Amino acid sequence: MERTNTAQKVYSRPESLTGATTHYCPGCTHGVAHRIIAEVIDEMNIREKTIGVAPVGCSVFAYNYFNCDFVEAAHGRAPAMATGIKRVLPDRIVFTYQGDGDLASIGMAEIMHAAARGENLTVIFINNAIYGMTGGQMAPTSLPGQCTTSSPGGRDVEQTGYPIRMAELISGMDGASYSVRRSLHDPNNIRKSKKAIRTAFEVQKHELGFAIVELLSSCPTNWGYSPAEALDWIKYHMLPVFPIGDYKTIDEVNNIKS
Amino acid sequence: MARELLKGNIAIAEAAVRAGLEAYFGYPITPQTELLEWMSHRMPELGRVFLQAESEVAAINMVYGAACTGARVMSSSSSPGVSLMMEGLSYIAGTELPVVLVDVVRGGPGLGNIAPSQGDYNQIVHGGGHGDYFNIVLAPSSVQEAIDLTVLAFDLAEKYRSIVIVMADGNIGQMMEPAELPPMRPIKKVYPEWSVRGAVSRDKRILSSIYMNPEDEEITNLRLLERWQVVQRNETMFKEYFLDNAEIIVLGYGTAGRIAYSAVRAARAEGIPVGLFRPVSLSPFPSEVIEDLADSSSAFLVVEMNTGQMLNDVKMFVNGKVPVEFYGRLGGMVPFPEEILAEIKRISSGNFSPVSDPRITWIERLKETINGSGEAT
Repeated sequence: MERTNTAQKVYSRPESLTGATTHYCPGCTHGVAHRIIAEVIDEMNIREKTIGVAPVGCSVFAYNYFNCDFVEAAHGRAPAMATGIKRVLPDRIVFTYQGDGDLASIGMAEIMHAAARGENLTVIFINNAIYGMTGGQMAPTSLPGQCTTSSPGGRDVEQTGYPIRMAELISGMDGASYSVRRSLHDPNNIRKSKKAIRTAFEVQKHELGFAIVELLSSCPTNWGYSPAEALDWIKYHMLPVFPIGDYKTIDEVNNIKS
Repeated sequence: MARELLKGNIAIAEAAVRAGLEAYFGYPITPQTELLEWMSHRMPELGRVFLQAESEVAAINMVYGAACTGARVMSSSSSPGVSLMMEGLSYIAGTELPVVLVDVVRGGPGLGNIAPSQGDYNQIVHGGGHGDYFNIVLAPSSVQEAIDLTVLAFDLAEKYRSIVIVMADGNIGQMMEPAELPPMRPIKKVYPEWSVRGAVSRDKRILSSIYMNPEDEEITNLRLLERWQVVQRNETMFKEYFLDNAEIIVLGYGTAGRIAYSAVRAARAEGIPVGLFRPVSLSPFPSEVIEDLADSSSAFLVVEMNTGQMLNDVKMFVNGKVPVEFYGRLGGMVPFPEEILAEIKRISSGNFSPVSDPRITWIERLKETINGSGEAT
């Protein structure tokens, strides 16, 4: 009997990811976020003109995993550094990849002013409600009552305030063109996240201004859950506080999508 | 180019523009704001980048990003603003990027005031940011010198992948005097092999200040030090005045050096064998010349507009061979030539400070000056 080779490659590493083994913990969704960003860069064929800005936090080594030019910012300063690059090289695609401590705590001024200026940047914001790299301290997005190593009795909102909703906050800036929240807790939401990331890069390509995609992300290690439990924790605990949604989409952005 | 009457801050700004500056990021602060204001119309008019940042923290990080592209880029500020930039400067040093910063120093600490000071010497010359790194620091004493050193700063920054700080003071920034601007240089077309501009038909590049393995960071620190030793050999700059047969050496930089020049000239007219040594590069510090001067003279007088920050460096290289006296004005006060002349005459008459720290007796003399001037007004 004649055998024909019908094997077809349906899944492989995007060209925009290097082959480096990541340092991320099992069950962490940073890897998923990296992959879908890389897929978008491949699909838009912009790898050679893309410059990434890595943050300080768990994704500090993102520059090792993406296969494009990359710089590494000081904690919270990625939007300022990206501004410097983009202003000098306006025809390049510049994106920052930042966590919640980086973007919503120490870098609050830089992100808000980049948004206010309508800086033509794409921001991927990973919100996992905790400081991962330093070992699980309270973040500006930690939930009320959430136990962390620096809020061992649970986040006491009387003492430490409330979680900051960045997608909503940035939607209030006139300079922002696209501000949405998505989640990485199941395949359906991952697909929707990728679609939003694509839009956020298209916004920049079309010079429509500031775009941010907030991604609810898991941290099994510092939350103290198994990977599967951590995804459930996003679904049942984070989503009520951080609802998925399009908080700002200017008309020009809708026109790209259609 | 003809000489024209120029204000220091604007002269520095235009000199940077003509040196091929591609991008400026800054934040308003007195007494350097005219520099930013000049950039705000001049850079866009030439199709170049000007951006007023939300803070000095953001400004220096915008500079950091722009420097990663290999572009000629700068910021300017004054003392409290420069304090805020120290984080960014450390990262820029760790990433080995060429950056020019102008610090128009004002009185401090804290909010202080907006008068001329040299209180940033330690912050600028001895680092300021965390970790082991070295800044090239140039101290102009006139508007013309500020222009010339600003142009040079860009060349040195690129030559050594280094931070170069032009440390002026509120006096240099605010005063007007005749000076000549350089011709306009074209924007460069070729960018260095390390620059991050998009990985077109080449492997990706990473610019970062991270060396997670201490072994790698040690090698990096060593590389920075060895590069610095080359800077020390090649780029030490100073000016000498009336040093022939000088028994008393007055040392001062920037505005203090310029005022000291008037005092030294007046003392020479009275026959006192005194000369002026004015460091132009505060870092690299002209240590070898100071060592030689210590062998050929009988006393030093350090004049600063601070509590004696360079004094400690001078004492280190004089190494006890001759007495090192000190005279300073503080907190935004500027010495008159007569005050320095009185110091030269005191030393010339053999009246030295009796203790190892010349500041102990200087404090008493300064109080007399302060009280005296208080009575006069």
